[in-house]
Amino acid sequence: MNTKRVRFVQGNEACALGAIDAGCNFFGGYPISPSSEIAEQLSALLPRHEGKFIQMEDEIGAMGAVIGAALAGAKSMTATSGPGFSLKQENLGMACMAEVPCVIVNVMRGGPSTGAPTSPAQADVLQARWGTHGDHPIIVTAPTTVQEIYHESIRAFNLAERFRNPVVLLLDEINGHMREKIELCDPAEIELWHRPKPPVDKNWERPYERNEEGVPLIPNFGTGSRFHVTGLDHGLTGFPTGDPKIRQALHHALIAKIEDNRPLILKNEAYMVDDAESLIIAYGSTARSARRAADILRKEGRKVGLFRPLTLFPTPEEDILRAAAGKKLIVVPEMNLGQYVLVLRRILGRDIPIIQVNRTDGDPITPDQIIAAVQGR
Amino acid sequence: MPSKVYNYAEYLRIQYIPHIWCPGCGHGIVLKAILRAIERLQLDKNKIAFVSGIGCSSRAVGYVDFNTLHTTHGRALAFATGIKLTRPDMHVILVSGDGDATAIGGNHFIHACRRNIDMTLIVFNNYIYGMTGGQYSPTTPQHSFATTAPYGNVEPPFDICNLAAAAGATYVARSTAFHATQLDKFIEKGIQNPGFSVIEALSQCPTYYGRKNRLRTPIDNLMWQKDSTVSVAKSKNMSAEELSGKILTGELVNTSRPEYTHLYDELIEQVRGLPESEEI
Ligand SMILES: Cc1ncc(C[n+]2csc(CCOP(=O)(O)OP(=O)(O)O)c2C)c(N)n1
Ligand code: SF4
Repeated sequence: MNTKRVRFVQGNEACALGAIDAGCNFFGGYPISPSSEIAEQLSALLPRHEGKFIQMEDEIGAMGAVIGAALAGAKSMTATSGPGFSLKQENLGMACMAEVPCVIVNVMRGGPSTGAPTSPAQADVLQARWGTHGDHPIIVTAPTTVQEIYHESIRAFNLAERFRNPVVLLLDEINGHMREKIELCDPAEIELWHRPKPPVDKNWERPYERNEEGVPLIPNFGTGSRFHVTGLDHGLTGFPTGDPKIRQALHHALIAKIEDNRPLILKNEAYMVDDAESLIIAYGSTARSARRAADILRKEGRKVGLFRPLTLFPTPEEDILRAAAGKKLIVVPEMNLGQYVLVLRRILGRDIPIIQVNRTDGDPITPDQIIAAVQGR
Repeated sequence: MPSKVYNYAEYLRIQYIPHIWCPGCGHGIVLKAILRAIERLQLDKNKIAFVSGIGCSSRAVGYVDFNTLHTTHGRALAFATGIKLTRPDMHVILVSGDGDATAIGGNHFIHACRRNIDMTLIVFNNYIYGMTGGQYSPTTPQHSFATTAPYGNVEPPFDICNLAAAAGATYVARSTAFHATQLDKFIEKGIQNPGFSVIEALSQCPTYYGRKNRLRTPIDNLMWQKDSTVSVAKSKNMSAEELSGKILTGELVNTSRPEYTHLYDELIEQVRGLPESEEI
């Protein structure tokens, strides 16, 4: 019997299906193009799986509800686009500070402001890293194909749970709305990570004490331990403190939790990189054009490769350095005016020429544009 | 009948006291009223989620021995909605300031009322932004003074209870720090109401509101609460003239309407386990 679960779906639907397969049981959102299909799908799917869906009064409330649900034990998510992502930032910071696992999908559209609601862009890459105030830990991932959106959606929940941190899943209008054939995993075979359990059943009074991975052992609300959660600087008990030593330790621990676990978090693809003389670095749907450009150029005899980071943050510094070593040219196409390239320039320095291909007119970057850049036209 | 002796210590995190409130602040009186209501109802501490936003009032959550969550300014109801939907068996109780609940949190406030989700919100109304140093709030009376209303407040205020009633809360009551023993009864009934309850507790901020408005001592403030309020029952026999400028205390709404988490659970019963192939 063929038990393969094959679907022909939009990226947004694949994202919702991935969430369900990851055990998501709470969604709080507010409609906005081009992300609304995720909410629509989950409004139908969640109650079938005994989960809860709520359309809140705005994105600020949606992000709050997502955090509350997660503290009460839910695997919790929201989905939005540019303007809504801006509204979520304050509470997203609260989730970073209080170490609340949750998944935030941003199906990117043009900006600033209302921008271009149904046109593609990759305009929020740096906002995804630095959108909320203060130094904070965050994981950002940007899949390329519809199949990959499904897998990254599952992985986003796993990362959120294991490290008790918000994970931002960046789609864009192209791969969010594009339909492709995908194969869903056998639910019995999906590896699911869970938030670390506190060590004792009795009242656990140090919810911010960390395990060997640096992740706090916070119980779920209503399970017998009574403790305090706040967005203020706090110690191991969770209670606010003004002690400079404790505050400094907290800020370092927050960042270290993600940075020190980079091998468990990073994911990227190196395509025809080893012998390449020119390297394209692309992510999200732009990587589709980049791959096509690399294939065409290879046929013409030019040694071109593609490095594709799925995890944009934390940054895959070593992998980028390795992929770029010895290359004569780096080409970085992005549907923004040059955002991730700033990160790449910091890592790669001035030794290798970096050419940008940027576009924010609402049309995708074409393989021809990338080919022209590689050929120095 | 001897009056009941309450064991406040049972509900407090004594190790975190002294609290941050100024001497004479009304917020401690209101918090004690909440604890009396909880003790009388014999709620399981493990099953109480006590949630707040940001403000002097919102600091109350740190001092009590429940599942406590100190969120962002104005957003407590949104966080609490996520908790209640995930754990409908928990008692969700919120504290908020007048600014927290009706300025920055106004949108969440009216929508929580509309949904009639089973939570109880106690608004500590001191007519001012205490935590940030005495700026005017949406409940600051017109013409009274604040650090951002040096010539008297130009804006007209909200009536929190009317707002809650109009938006659909199923239990709405008002009392004051002065009427502390009446206040705890309303809170008790609010918690028992299987729907969204709003209890407005007039509290005092002698440090800012009082100082700016000739209510210098805590006693002045408490006497003001006594003198400017009139009970709903008493108001029925009073003329419009006599009632002018008075604030009504008592139960203003006590009704019933289907509760949100129940409705959602009924929905789950209907669609639970439907195969994915079944058209949406
Ligand atoms: C987003 C945001 N804006 C502003 C503030 C600053 N702030 C903190 S508390 C507060 C007002 C508190 O007044 P109220 O809610 O009436 O409570 P009170 O302190 O009087 O008890 C403000 C404006 C903040 N913390 N967050
Ligand atoms: S500033 Fe006002 S509200 Fe805040 S603690 Fe002092 S008296 Fe109370």
